[in-house]
Amino acid sequence: MTDLTKQSPLGVYVEHLNKGELAYQVNKDTNKAFFYPRAIAPETGSDNIEWRVSKGLGTVYTTTAVHYKGEQPLNVAMIDMDEGYRLMSRVEDIAAMDVKIGMRVKFKVHPGDDKALPYPVFTPAGDAK
Amino acid sequence: MSGLKKGSIAVVGAAESDLGLVAQHTTPVDLMAQATMRALDDCGLKLKDVDGLFVAATQVRMGPMSLAEYLRIKPKVFDGTQIGGSSFMTHVAHAQMAIQLGLCEVAVIAYGSTQRSVSRAAASPREFNPYETPYRPILPISAYAMAAARHMHQYGTKREHLAEVAVAARKWALLNPKAWEKEPLTIEQVLNARMVSYPFTVRDCCLVVDGGGAIVLTSAAKAKTLKKKPVYVLGVGETLSHANISSLPDFTVTGASVSGPQAFKMAGVKPKDVNMLSLYDAFTINPILFLEDLGFCPKGEGGRFVADGAIAPGGKLPVNTSGGGLSYCHPGMYGLLVMIEAIRQVRGECGERQVKNCDVALAHGNGGVLSSQCTVIFGSENTL
Repeated sequence: MTDLTKQSPLGVYVEHLNKGELAYQVNKDTNKAFFYPRAIAPETGSDNIEWRVSKGLGTVYTTTAVHYKGEQPLNVAMIDMDEGYRLMSRVEDIAAMDVKIGMRVKFKVHPGDDKALPYPVFTPAGDAK
Repeated sequence: MSGLKKGSIAVVGAAESDLGLVAQHTTPVDLMAQATMRALDDCGLKLKDVDGLFVAATQVRMGPMSLAEYLRIKPKVFDGTQIGGSSFMTHVAHAQMAIQLGLCEVAVIAYGSTQRSVSRAAASPREFNPYETPYRPILPISAYAMAAARHMHQYGTKREHLAEVAVAARKWALLNPKAWEKEPLTIEQVLNARMVSYPFTVRDCCLVVDGGGAIVLTSAAKAKTLKKKPVYVLGVGETLSHANISSLPDFTVTGASVSGPQAFKMAGVKPKDVNMLSLYDAFTINPILFLEDLGFCPKGEGGRFVADGAIAPGGKLPVNTSGGGLSYCHPGMYGLLVMIEAIRQVRGECGERQVKNCDVALAHGNGGVLSSQCTVIFGSENTL
């Protein structure tokens, strides 16, 4: 059960990121993973929720290259994680247009600072199973 | 929509406000009020007859209050449901509930935006989302771009198919004196335009202009006593599937697959009975997805369906005869203008772009990032 006067779903998520971990939640009643972090599990409304740390491997579900003036194209992609949830992210260390649907990717942390929270990004993972 | 009855209400007045680029310091409510009076003049009703008011806008937080204040009216029923560009289709359903129940008799649905004058960023600021904002997608464009990319991957849809949608819209726009775009457009020009969010160039994206509109609805009985031939509401359907694009389960299937069947069932018609479609074309992938989800072609075939000018003037199915959000007008939340074109086609008021014997027109609204989907089927007296 989440006591929102003590901790928030986003707060717990960020704590994990600060430790280099990608955390997600599972509805213990149905054993279904979900993302983004919530105080109440979707569909059932249960608060019987468990935090788990992801193995960090996923597959690109879809992708775009965003063109900002005066910048290299920026990748934005949807990643299907092996544990059964999806998140928006970015695949780095590769040109934006070279990110392909079906590509295997591995999580790393984009660190936060005084102004911004940390967030997960990905790098190509070759044929990681 | 069980409980709502086919043909129980009708659109009796429809009008745009001034469109394009309005004078400095014009407000969105100026445009709503102007369109409201034009729509009332269209049917011969007066401001004092209005007892239902439905308003949604991005620049006005509490729409019904602002327009009621401006016009100094005291509506008995009001609704400001804000689900993006399809809000107005939902307002039709809600107006029908209110009119059928006798809560109001004459409902106005109004919209206005000055997004070209004040910039899109100012007119429609986005909420911060810790799970999306850091990645800097250009929203809503990148969300639809990712839907297009997935459709291309899964079904072999090509950028040329997307471009066909923009070119068809432009051809229709050239037949509409009110359209913003006045020059022809080719497939090559769409493909070679400035890339915004792959696979979309700027020509795959809707216009950013000022504008607004209003429609007037009343009971079928009262509609028969007014100036113009009533355009009946045959069917409505509405659904919400998500708010942020990350939560859309299948990027190739939209809620139109839910709202469409609802509207068709209530209307007692099938896709083959529809004479023209007005589909919210915020981006070129939209009509492709909606043609599939509304049952006009099998899933995955939308790209091939629109090829070779199939939805352009002279093609097999008239779609977005106004020129659409891509070439006619897109003042931020375009759903009301989507309906106005369908209404005018059923009335037979469309001049050079008029679809012959248009008795059934389908207007489909889209809001957010493919998030809200609402369908309204309009029909002439012949369809009752």
